[in-house]
Amino acid sequence: MTEDKAKATVTTDFEPNIVAFLCNWCSYAGADLAGTSRIQYPANVKVIRVMCSGRVNPLFVMNALQQGADGVLVSGCHPGDCHYMHGNYYARRRFTLMRDFLEYLGVEPERFRASWVSASEGSKWKEVIEEVVEGVKSVGPMDQFKRRQLNW
Amino acid sequence: MNGRPRIGVYICHCGVNIAHTVDVQEVTDFAAGLPDVAVARNYSYMCSDPGQALITEDIKELGLNRVVVASCSPRMHELTFRKALAGAGLNPYYLEMANIREQCSWVHEDRSIATSKAKKLVASAISKSRMLEALEVKEVDVEPAALIIGAGISGIQTALDIADAGFKVYLVEKSPTVGGHMAQLDKTFPTLDCSACILTPKMVDVGNHPNIELYTYSQVEEISGYVGNFDVKVRRKSRYVDMAKCTGCGDCAEACRMAGRISNEFDEGMGMRGAIYLPFPQAVPAKYTIDKEKCLFLSKGKCGESPKCAEACQPGAVNFDIEDEIIEFKVGTIVVASGFDVFDATLKPEYGYGVYDNVVTALEFERLVSASGPTGGKITMLERGKKKKKKKEGEEEVPPRMPESITFIQCVGSRDKSVGNEYCSRVCCMYTAKQAHLAKDKIPGVDVSVFYMDVRAFGKGFEEFYDRVRREGVNYIRGNPSEIFKRGDKLVVKAEDTLTATPLEHETDMVVLAVGLTPRSDRREIIDMLKLSQSPDLFYLEAHPKLRPVDTATDGIYLAGCCQAPKDIPDAVAQAKGAASAAMIPMASGKVKVEAQTSIVNEAACRGCGFCVEICPFSAIELVEVNQMGWMREVARVNEALCKGCGACAAGCLSGAIQQRSFKDTQILPQIIVLGVNE
Repeated sequence: MTEDKAKATVTTDFEPNIVAFLCNWCSYAGADLAGTSRIQYPANVKVIRVMCSGRVNPLFVMNALQQGADGVLVSGCHPGDCHYMHGNYYARRRFTLMRDFLEYLGVEPERFRASWVSASEGSKWKEVIEEVVEGVKSVGPMDQFKRRQLNW
Repeated sequence: MNGRPRIGVYICHCGVNIAHTVDVQEVTDFAAGLPDVAVARNYSYMCSDPGQALITEDIKELGLNRVVVASCSPRMHELTFRKALAGAGLNPYYLEMANIREQCSWVHEDRSIATSKAKKLVASAISKSRMLEALEVKEVDVEPAALIIGAGISGIQTALDIADAGFKVYLVEKSPTVGGHMAQLDKTFPTLDCSACILTPKMVDVGNHPNIELYTYSQVEEISGYVGNFDVKVRRKSRYVDMAKCTGCGDCAEACRMAGRISNEFDEGMGMRGAIYLPFPQAVPAKYTIDKEKCLFLSKGKCGESPKCAEACQPGAVNFDIEDEIIEFKVGTIVVASGFDVFDATLKPEYGYGVYDNVVTALEFERLVSASGPTGGKITMLERGKKKKKKKEGEEEVPPRMPESITFIQCVGSRDKSVGNEYCSRVCCMYTAKQAHLAKDKIPGVDVSVFYMDVRAFGKGFEEFYDRVRREGVNYIRGNPSEIFKRGDKLVVKAEDTLTATPLEHETDMVVLAVGLTPRSDRREIIDMLKLSQSPDLFYLEAHPKLRPVDTATDGIYLAGCCQAPKDIPDAVAQAKGAASAAMIPMASGKVKVEAQTSIVNEAACRGCGFCVEICPFSAIELVEVNQMGWMREVARVNEALCKGCGACAAGCLSGAIQQRSFKDTQILPQIIVLGVNE
């Protein structure tokens, strides 16, 4: 953490806010495992739990960006391992299109990431988080279509 | 529950697990200031009885109608707190949890950063809790029958336990006989019980048990449904032998033109069989099977004038017209006991397996030692791949000589990153000790050495046995051999004795590779059918490594034996008994609760496009005609018994008409709003 922080101050002070949608069975469990194993990673990512990555409506991603999130992560089971047979295939198709669409809108591709993290991949979760945070940091704050914010 | 939400927020210290990095008082004060929050408290252990009492008393006294608990992962204690809500008369689905331990306090060190993240997560949970709705938990009947996949010792034990308790069991085995790998073993460590002697009575029991339907040479093709009501389709491959007529006399095997020309899998390819065969004498069922690929009549369409086996069979059991049979049945629970593969020693080319005749795997050695093996229990030097010379008249057969020295190499394919297996196979240390003992026992004066990394003798009686074997004069050398090569007629094991730091070249007649246990190469078939997860070692993943070792993430599906991780026979049997008892719980209670967080259709908004019908992986949605103000229209309708609550339909609906309970758009969007704001 201290190392990460030192790096952050060298490059930029900007700490991005990232919203993540995790499926209950693989990625959420993987993130839990990272915790159980006390793997340290940046605190920029805040998680919303859904039962399946197939539940994540692409509009959720747009919404998060509108609300002020600097980046969005969607993570589910590895292809073929979906607890609900093929929910993650739907997610994959939707977010492949979504990615192109965001690029078309002028949103940097670094702001959106879909990944596969299984229940046993605590260390992969850390890597994904670090990559996402690094990626979003490199493109700076997201303010293209920010709405008036309700501050909590 | 109508009216304004009255939310109670409870923040757990979890001893110091959370309180150490998150300022729980600050989070409590923050939560207390949020709209609709009636009370916010913190407590050392929310999951404890007094912690839960805090919630139940507040529900009763303050009239709370929503509860937010910020503690560990909902995967850990969601059920605990739901029960607490129900105990206080509140619908359990009015609970929302914020995970501030696994995903906050344990993964961040900076107290201010962790505290501000915890506040966000709590605010997010509160925002969702406002929109929660009461859900009704439905119950369905459980079919009092179980499917067991795999009939090795684990599957056999599971089947016997469940059947003895009075439930119906369908035991499905891929190979022509039950018994699995244990049937191939000679003696078992550390007691030296004869493997067949303790296994065969159990094999006979599963064959005879009135409650067990045994399908050998069969494969599960399709499984659908959910806990309590699985529909199973099994393919019973044709043996081309009428099971009812076959008496197991063996006349056919003797008559077969291929007799003695096909290597026998049961003897690890060292013994020979014919195209019609019984894997081993004690096989259950004791019925012959025709190997379709090897049978001349079935593969080439011609077997001399006519197939000899059919001629030889007096009861007329051989029948080439028998076809595969598809059997369908219903079960309430499923136990997967599909076992393991033995590590493929050719992946360690430096040991020369497959190159040198007398480099053998431990399982091959087991067959050499076994009285039912290809050498009748004599350990002899092997000449592989050579055709036996025809005996000339009057010539005496020279019996193959016994090895004068045998060297064992441990950890072949285990604890070895170079082949991708980081795990310890847990049985090799002890079976090597046993085989070393058997070698000493069978060949007087034989020189036995064992190359090892560490000896792991952790089980009951293991250390004592290891000690005994060492006292018998087995030479243990600590070192991992780098190479095996041939010098003259001897094999040379090149290694370093790491205790004395001496490089050595150890000459020997025979090398036994203590190969590890690996996940089955055909494991994907079951993964795809049952949606099981795999751990990093590629064995099937249990629901919890410590507290739910026989369960899977899917209700009603359990694991037994080496398909979950390598284990020895006592552990496999113990897990099998555990899986049997777990599988019997829903069957004994007769009812299970089904998913409440199913999808629901707002029929007024639904335009009947059928998009969700296409999406649903469980075919739980159908289009039905309804009368809406005099107009007949098609709308989607969810079959709640089939719906598993993934929410894929909700994400796909073009008009937002279909929603997943507890994960509705109206419940997720407030979370996005809260978490999206960057202060």
